[in-house]
Amino acid sequence: MSGFSVTEPTNRSKWIAGVLVITYALITMIPLVWILLTGFKSPADAISYPPKLVFDPTLEGYVNLFTTRTRQTQEFLEANPPQNWADEIVRQYDMVIVGPSKFGERFMNSVIIGFGSTFLSIFLGTLAAYAFSRFKVPLKDDLLFFILSTRMMPPVAVAIPIFLMFRNLGLSDTHLGMILLYTGVNISLAVWLLKGFIDEIPREYEEAALIDGYTRFQAFYKVVLPQAATGIASTAIFCLIFAWNEYAFAVLLTSANAQTAPPFIPTIIGIGGLDWPAVAAGATIFLIPVMIFTILMRKHLLRGITFGAVRK
Amino acid sequence: MSDRTIDRVAQATPVRVARKIRGLSDRAIAWIFIAPTIFLLLAINIFPLIWTIQLSFTNYKANRIGREIKDVGFRNYERILTDSDTWLNMQATAHFLFWTIFFQVLIGFTLAWLINKKFKGNDLWTTIIVLPMMLSPAVVGNFWKFLYQPQIGLFNYIISWFTGKEPSSFEMLGSVKLAPWSIVIVDTWMWTPFVMLICLAGLRSIPDYIYEAAEIDRASKLRQFFTITIPMVLPFLMLAVLFRGIENFKMFDLVVQLTGGGPGSTTELTSINLKREAFEKWRTGYASAYAIILFVTVFGLASIYVKALNKVKQR
Repeated sequence: MSGFSVTEPTNRSKWIAGVLVITYALITMIPLVWILLTGFKSPADAISYPPKLVFDPTLEGYVNLFTTRTRQTQEFLEANPPQNWADEIVRQYDMVIVGPSKFGERFMNSVIIGFGSTFLSIFLGTLAAYAFSRFKVPLKDDLLFFILSTRMMPPVAVAIPIFLMFRNLGLSDTHLGMILLYTGVNISLAVWLLKGFIDEIPREYEEAALIDGYTRFQAFYKVVLPQAATGIASTAIFCLIFAWNEYAFAVLLTSANAQTAPPFIPTIIGIGGLDWPAVAAGATIFLIPVMIFTILMRKHLLRGITFGAVRK
Repeated sequence: MSDRTIDRVAQATPVRVARKIRGLSDRAIAWIFIAPTIFLLLAINIFPLIWTIQLSFTNYKANRIGREIKDVGFRNYERILTDSDTWLNMQATAHFLFWTIFFQVLIGFTLAWLINKKFKGNDLWTTIIVLPMMLSPAVVGNFWKFLYQPQIGLFNYIISWFTGKEPSSFEMLGSVKLAPWSIVIVDTWMWTPFVMLICLAGLRSIPDYIYEAAEIDRASKLRQFFTITIPMVLPFLMLAVLFRGIENFKMFDLVVQLTGGGPGSTTELTSINLKREAFEKWRTGYASAYAIILFVTVFGLASIYVKALNKVKQR
């Protein structure tokens, strides 16, 4: 049909729809833009009334985020000139940088635990998904449903026995404990998503490989895995984002050693209450990787958030 | 049973192929591949659940290691179910669940319907709208606390700009009346895109020819909307509601950061109360019973809902 189609919306309705959706998108971005802006404000600008849209950008929030500082006497400050630009920023409050803050460490914990649990979930999940997809497993549907149902438990509810279990096994507040825990939570997602992806790979490829003399392992490793690469990558990103964002287990089960960034960021304290520019700076650094991944992932987003129930 | 299992596994691979396989049998491989996952799930999910059930019948306190553990039977359950605070928490949870789902369905469906008009650049804007959903609720929730500040917060400022009310005259997080709504607003902001994406998939799954046929039958646009669009999207919408329902019943991070359950206990959702009992008052036995009650509730409601969902799908 060249000119007219009954199902194609008219130009006017397209235009109205566009305006409304864009308006919503812009409103929904306000909090995120505000986080970004606040990170570059001075503490005074951050809490000014009315809220400031135009301000002198400063890296104070970022400096405060990464350092610990102490107040010093005038004599000390005069005797020791500032050593670098960061030092210069804190001098305006008669302070000197005395060392790094905990943020770097907490951020690294997030990275270690996030990647560790993602790797493990994907490794175990791919194996299980392949088996569920290709072999006749007894009680398959029940097992798959059991795997899914573990996701219904409120984290706080399982946290009690896990707390006790970790205490007995010496896993409390360790990276290994958190990696195992997040893997246990993520594996249901990994198995369900990966099974969907592997189901889509035609069996004929493997059968051909088997006839050519490959063993099952070789066929799995050399034929199925490369075919499933995209699916595995997107599943990995979903697992990573979950582990990255997780808060309930992290706040209940970790403290000095293995604490991740989400429980840490809200506790960044400045002079007289929360140091909002530093909090915003931490949030910015923490949120940006997820945004980039989300944009990369947009084609598989729906599948990931619905456990593969909706595939588009 | 085991004989049939072997047969079924053997059937999974065509005979001519099976003959070519060297090394392990398919059945062995299947179990080697699945076992670690099942083991991990048993260790991290099922074993703790069983332990919780066992603890729920005791007066155990996790912070007092030497204390004698007594079996108290159903006392914990009795106490929870007869405590009026429990019902207040349930009410707060129900309020939160109902209104978040209401707004998310309303706004999410509308957005999906608009995006499905396929205006230029709709892909880009969809991706932007989706962003909040993927972010850490704890970190974002904490920052919303800043937006909600009465004097300096951007939210209050914008509201006052539109309504003319003094921005310091209302406290979103501090007032008993507004706090339950402030958590609904943030959750709606965060999760509307979730419902939107699922609805969009539903809308896109409706083939054009149905509308074309309706057009030939001279059905009005409004009629088409109610007799084609809505029924076809309904299974998708119900699925979205199921996911949001389960997630929000478990809601912890966002609300802990925003209100911590306060003021008073107006936003003390069940999982926040559970955390208080388990990790602040250290009434482990009592909290375990509470956890079991919550789990049974979610599981029960979800099963009933899934039955309804399947009926809708079959239609």
